[in-house]
Amino acid sequence: MSFDVEIRKRVSSAGRSFDLNVQFRTEAQRTVIYGPSGAGKSLTLQAIAGLLKPDGGRIAFNDEVLFDGSVKVPAQARRFGYLFQDYALFPRLNVRQNIAFGLQRGWLNPSRQTAGEAVERWLRAFELTEVAGQRPHELSGGQRQRTALARALVNEPRALLLDEPFAALDPELRGRMRDELQALLDRIDIPMLMITHDPEDLARFGEARLMMRDGAIVP
Amino acid sequence: MDSSAWIALALSLKVAGCATGLNLILGMAAGFVLARKRFPGRDLLDAALTLPMVLPPTVLGYYLLVVIGKRGWLGSWLYETLGINLIFTWQGAVIAATLVAFPLVHKAARAAFENVDPQLENAARVLGLGEWAVFFRVSLPMAWNGILAGVLLAFARALGEFGATLMVAGSIPGKTQTLSIAVYEAVQAGQDSTANTLVLITSIVCVAVLLSAGRLSKART
Repeated sequence: MSFDVEIRKRVSSAGRSFDLNVQFRTEAQRTVIYGPSGAGKSLTLQAIAGLLKPDGGRIAFNDEVLFDGSVKVPAQARRFGYLFQDYALFPRLNVRQNIAFGLQRGWLNPSRQTAGEAVERWLRAFELTEVAGQRPHELSGGQRQRTALARALVNEPRALLLDEPFAALDPELRGRMRDELQALLDRIDIPMLMITHDPEDLARFGEARLMMRDGAIVP
Repeated sequence: MDSSAWIALALSLKVAGCATGLNLILGMAAGFVLARKRFPGRDLLDAALTLPMVLPPTVLGYYLLVVIGKRGWLGSWLYETLGINLIFTWQGAVIAATLVAFPLVHKAARAAFENVDPQLENAARVLGLGEWAVFFRVSLPMAWNGILAGVLLAFARALGEFGATLMVAGSIPGKTQTLSIAVYEAVQAGQDSTANTLVLITSIVCVAVLLSAGRLSKART
């Protein structure tokens, strides 16, 4: 498993501009990019996922070039699982539909009673069977995160990209969800790239550790 | 009550219905593009698309005659190659009503799409959905109530369209004489009872549409 990343991107808003100039290579199963908010961590992760088009550079995963001056593989085809900071669950869909979302092709969302072996398995694995018919706003913070993780994992991604996975949780729950994530990663053996501003996450998951500040990786 | 009122009402509903159908597609497309894409001239395009809301309908009617009239640049081509004439037809009235009511759908759709969290669209992309699927499964369902409220207002506006329609389609009873034009003709001719009936029908239809639009915008968000 390896990420080979070089991203150059200038973003401007409200007259201010920010230069992202990131370069790193990691072969670790678990990599954590750590840095204060505003360092450009989220932009980096979005570029790796294909959600942000860099101005220049090169992004490769396991020697497959995803971006090389132009987009070689679009976000749809990168097969990464992405956990958004606020989880980005679809508010009108229930837990079951959210998890099945990526399994269903075409222009229609999965039905309310959508089933399937993979969906059921992840519902059980994350103890979501009881709340399978509920919508995201009816869930607890922990259930929301589990739903988002299940939605990402059901597609059998090649790697998991985590954007501040515990920032949206209250401190007590944060510890418990860290344990859960660690147990999960130990069990399913999937490469993981996490960005965080929380030193606790770094200590816990940072097999390889990268520090980021002002748009660049610092030694 | 004389049957001419019902004929005018039926024609008005037909014209407004067609115009609303067209506006649903056009306004939604324009609203989505302006909400999501960044390109040079975006503000200018937005202003141009909103113009029908502020221009006098007679000015819009004049523009339409210049474009789709028999000697207009599009109208002459249509007439010479396809034999189609839009002036003084109900289809011409549909075009006039579409143009006048368009900004109501466009504005509502743009605002509704801007309210959709782009992160949800991104979530769908990383889950493997193509852009059309993202639109139909995420963006559109989230924006739908807002768009529909604009569509209903546009329907009411199209129903009441007068100036541009009169200039483009004229006032041929049973063919292009819509309710609002029939009211004008009735008052001009001193037929007060006909005018009363027509005004009452128009008011009832418009109140019903506004109530529905209000309910929609208050419905689940």
